[in-house]
Amino acid sequence: MVALPDSIDVESKQPLAGSRRWASSDEAKGLTLISPTLLYALALLFLPVLIVIAYSFWSQDYLTIDRSFTLENYRVALSEPIYRDLLWRSLTISLAVSLITVTFSYPVAWFISFHGGVHKNLWLFLITVPCWTSYLLRVMSWKVILGYQGVLNTGLMSIGLIDQPVTGLLYNSNAVIITLVHSWAAFAILPIYVSLEKIDRSLIEAAHDLGDNKVWSFLRVTLPLSLPGVISAFLIVMIPTVGDYVTPKLVGGKDGVMIATAIQAQFGKGANWPLGAALSVTTMVIVSAMAGCMVLALKLFVRRIK
Amino acid sequence: MVDTPMIEIDAVSRYYGIYRALDDVSLDIAAGEFFSLLGPSGCGKTTLLRSIAGFDTPTSGDIRIDGQSAIDLPPNRRPTNMVFQNYAIFPHLNVEENVGYGLKRLKLDAADERQRVGNALEQVRLSHLGKRKAHELSGGQRQRVALARALVMRPKVLLLDEPLSALDKKLREEMQVELRTLQKAVGITFVLVTHDQYEALAMSDRIAVMFGGKIAQVATPKEIYQHPLTRQVADFLGGMNFMQAKITSESAVNLSVETTRFGNVTIAKPKGFTATNGLATIGIRPERLRVLWDDAKADCEVTGHVVDRHYFGEITHLIVDVPGLEKPLSVSETNNFGADDIPVGAPIRLAYDPDALVAMAD
Repeated sequence: MVALPDSIDVESKQPLAGSRRWASSDEAKGLTLISPTLLYALALLFLPVLIVIAYSFWSQDYLTIDRSFTLENYRVALSEPIYRDLLWRSLTISLAVSLITVTFSYPVAWFISFHGGVHKNLWLFLITVPCWTSYLLRVMSWKVILGYQGVLNTGLMSIGLIDQPVTGLLYNSNAVIITLVHSWAAFAILPIYVSLEKIDRSLIEAAHDLGDNKVWSFLRVTLPLSLPGVISAFLIVMIPTVGDYVTPKLVGGKDGVMIATAIQAQFGKGANWPLGAALSVTTMVIVSAMAGCMVLALKLFVRRIK
Repeated sequence: MVDTPMIEIDAVSRYYGIYRALDDVSLDIAAGEFFSLLGPSGCGKTTLLRSIAGFDTPTSGDIRIDGQSAIDLPPNRRPTNMVFQNYAIFPHLNVEENVGYGLKRLKLDAADERQRVGNALEQVRLSHLGKRKAHELSGGQRQRVALARALVMRPKVLLLDEPLSALDKKLREEMQVELRTLQKAVGITFVLVTHDQYEALAMSDRIAVMFGGKIAQVATPKEIYQHPLTRQVADFLGGMNFMQAKITSESAVNLSVETTRFGNVTIAKPKGFTATNGLATIGIRPERLRVLWDDAKADCEVTGHVVDRHYFGEITHLIVDVPGLEKPLSVSETNNFGADDIPVGAPIRLAYDPDALVAMAD
């Protein structure tokens, strides 16, 4: 800031020298170095989002787009009961999925990190094995497991726990949750594992030395220090599952429909891109807000334990 | 000193597969003692300390702390606290929370807890930094936090795992004095692990020197420096001019030897000494050899000439070749009288006290 008037002065006297000086400055070098990634990010991340946002303020006029500014799409997206319900269901399902995934993944990550011994890499490798097959195939295989004549029902019947197949397993929101938890487990285990690996083991020894038993040292040292991993695992699972389209479509039935199906309908059969865009933006904003709240809540939770 | 030792290490062995980290170690440490475990890396000193703390379980043997067997107790139920080599300051807590960490489990009332944390911080002169986080502290400050965090628990034994090795030389010397003063003030038994012989000599009441999982010698710093039992101990604790001498007679406590350049002397026989081919290893510390200037006289002299010279500021190391000795003598002389000006190649006369010669087991 202090250098600013000075450089303007130089530029006014010798404009060429000034710009040449800027071209060889650290700032220019830095910008040059990041420009490929910056352009890449702008083109592939920022631009599509911008287009979606722009569409959400326009309106569909039969076959053409009316580019005058309107908030009508947002009014519909927020007040129509169908969208409100779908959005609410999407959020609760994704929240449930992330909670369950993180809860199941933490012990796995903890086991690999603390008791994996020399086979840590093998364990991690095994965890990624399911991801080698197509996502669709994995979802379909859950249909085989959860179906009326599926593996679970026939298994339970053969050991005599139930005498007729349970119908409530497939084609509802529970099926969506189970399938999503399975699909996302590997993505939750890895960040938690990384944050557990980073914990200096002498900190845990110090906690034992200062009187903590294994449970307390876990709650007071291991868990708080692995929190960054837990938070990223939570977000990695929650953000994409809100807008998941394939899983509800395949195993969700009518009770498992989520907001992505409605958005797809507006961009497809409904032919109302602006409304679809408004629904997308609304979802995006709410998910971001929820993600922020989760981070805060987890941090508060840890402060309480201390 | 009281009758029962604070720590009794009774025939403790620790094997990792076939590797013996500790090989039948027995040791008593008295209450209120500043005790050092000294040795090179891999000698088992850290394993022994971790066994006392409860982080490592010996393969066999018993460890009693204050008369009670601690071998089956987990670290959190032993009356010991540890200062870790890297200090292990909890990064998510500030200084006060770090120091108060162990007190939380004692369920003290809030005022009492605050008071104890405050006192501990005062003891290590960190009262003004109570709200700082671990990453905002310097190395010396982290060390003090680790110390306060352990002392606030009022342990019977404080274990220190190379606590000064990460500090720079000046700070290390300051902390040596401070640790020593603190130990005298609180009166707790301190067990220090170090590979720095000067640190051990300067701070301890007694030192145990370890090699290869065994204890080579346990004695006061002065005793261990002046009368090392073995060649290894002598070599580890500073310089030593070793030479072979022929044994002329041997009694239960004494050895009479005939040396090539230091005459015939009778010296104390170290424990566990056995002669090999009628020869004994004897030695003299470099600073026990004194340069004789001009026509000064001494009862016992050796003569030779300077082959090399190393300047160290307050002292100079002279390497003196003496005909008839297998290796040149190393002489450490203060620079008061101009030892740093003695030219290489000059003839030199050295005085010594026959009492300074020691015999060592190999």
